[in-house]
Amino acid sequence: MPQQDSTVELLTGKDSVGKKSKIPARLDLLQSATGLILSFFIIFHIVFESSILFGKAAMYRLTKIFEGEPFIEGGEPLIISALAFGIFVIFIFHALLAMRKFPSSYKEYQRYRTQSKMLKHSDTNLWFIQITTGFVMMFLGSIHLYTMMTQPENIGPYASSDRIYSDIAWPMYLILLISVVLHTGVGVYRLIIKWGWFDGSNPRANRIRSKKIIQAVVVVYLVLGLLSLGTYMKIGYDHQEEYGNRYSEVHK
Amino acid sequence: MIDQENQEVSNEEEFRKIEITVFRYNPQNSNTKPEYQTYTLEETPGMTLYIALIKIWSTMDHNISFDFVCRAGICGSCSMVVNGKPRLACKTRTSEFEDGKITLLPLPTFKHIKDLSVDTGNWMNAMSKKVESWIHAKEETDITAIEKPVEPDVAQAVFELDRCIECGICLAACSTKIMKEDFVGAVGLNRTARFAIDPHDERSDEDFYELIGDDNGVFGCMSLMGCEDHCPKDLPLQTKIAYMRRKMVKM
Ligand code: HEM
Ligand code: SF4
Ligand code: FES
Repeated sequence: MPQQDSTVELLTGKDSVGKKSKIPARLDLLQSATGLILSFFIIFHIVFESSILFGKAAMYRLTKIFEGEPFIEGGEPLIISALAFGIFVIFIFHALLAMRKFPSSYKEYQRYRTQSKMLKHSDTNLWFIQITTGFVMMFLGSIHLYTMMTQPENIGPYASSDRIYSDIAWPMYLILLISVVLHTGVGVYRLIIKWGWFDGSNPRANRIRSKKIIQAVVVVYLVLGLLSLGTYMKIGYDHQEEYGNRYSEVHK
Repeated sequence: MIDQENQEVSNEEEFRKIEITVFRYNPQNSNTKPEYQTYTLEETPGMTLYIALIKIWSTMDHNISFDFVCRAGICGSCSMVVNGKPRLACKTRTSEFEDGKITLLPLPTFKHIKDLSVDTGNWMNAMSKKVESWIHAKEETDITAIEKPVEPDVAQAVFELDRCIECGICLAACSTKIMKEDFVGAVGLNRTARFAIDPHDERSDEDFYELIGDDNGVFGCMSLMGCEDHCPKDLPLQTKIAYMRRKMVKM
């Protein structure tokens, strides 16, 4: 019998030597680990994407660096594809793990919502933000990542702006931006509490401190993200007559 | 002196009226429907919800049910939901509520007995068995001999966690517990932490994993901190749950 151990677990809830499965421990750690990797990714991603605030040339140079231009003549967009694919895998895995926590029936949802509305407790309310933004990202994040995987060559000051303005991707990016920043902020705060990273000698004071710092960072990232999105919109608007033309360093 | 003064003021009817709305329901009686009943009474100095409820019971409605034993925040029987927050009624002053309107509900997640009375005892008992809330030692203790010494700060840390009064407030404030009935909650996880740090207890992390290493145990906790922020004994639930989680995840 090849699946003997899982059969024993099916029938007894324990393995063949009477021990509990270690899988829940692995899943809990992986949920946090995938969340942490994605958070690091987002923290850098939004900064890089804001290079447009320093002008088209800056954004173009950065894109080329990501395409490996210092080493590969002309850059290789497939590098972006590969990166997007890697993130997509982690993203799907994270969503799969985190979905386990969603209220999964009317009864659970009813009880959870009613109690949290009654309780008016800020960390409990943050979790509602986390599950709603997580749910939103399952769809919008997938669209975005799929686009990056399949059209990595269409990243650049004009290409991106055309997508955002003329291809009307901006509503999606706007919602995705707000979702990802809030979700990452709440998620990182949760990680700090969950694993006791910055407990120090006064965990209660440090919890308040962590929360304040994260709130400030979330505001900075929202402003940064919105300003860049606005900048892409503006460029896209000015560029709509020449839709499809690519930026080149010669005619800057 | 002050009492006398207050007495005088009271005679002149200068105390404000407060309105206490109570969830009334008797699940045993199929003729009753869940309803809210409002009682208006005069607030006296230093009035707690315990005093207010006793006043309602003794002067207005002898049929209302609620639980109290110690009236001093040490038995954990008087927990109820006060304007949305689970709290100890005997430690809650009515003067805290500026508009004088207080709504009382029985603690959710526990078996409802009647009105404000719930059965926390049987749940706590089952939890204690589930997490094997007693010292596990191979060696039989010789009670005629002097106890083995314990480092004072270790003893202090154990006593600190032993202050739990099993009021159930951490469970009523927990979104996980509200959704997943079998979750042991902060009270259960705190209990395992208490034995995990006690040198008298010989259980290994592996042994504890068998008790709380699943989604009804430590991995069910989503770190929403309802427990930490509502525990009337200010137990360090945030750090103790994280402590058990770090141990269990290494298994
Ligand atoms: C498909 C999209 C996503 C969904 C459905 C989702 C859902 C969730 C949920 C429900 C939680 C809470 C888990 C819990 O309460 O234990 C969570 C945690 C977290 N998420 Fe996401 N998420 C998604 C994408 C992301 C992304 C893109 C990032 C980072 C940029 C991220 C970072 C985090 C972090 C750091 C945590 C905390 C991990 C933990 O509690 O162990 N998530 N996610
Ligand atoms: S941990 Fe705190 S809130 Fe929970 S039962 Fe014990 S005393 Fe009550
Ligand atoms: S009556 Fe004992 S804690 Fe309130």
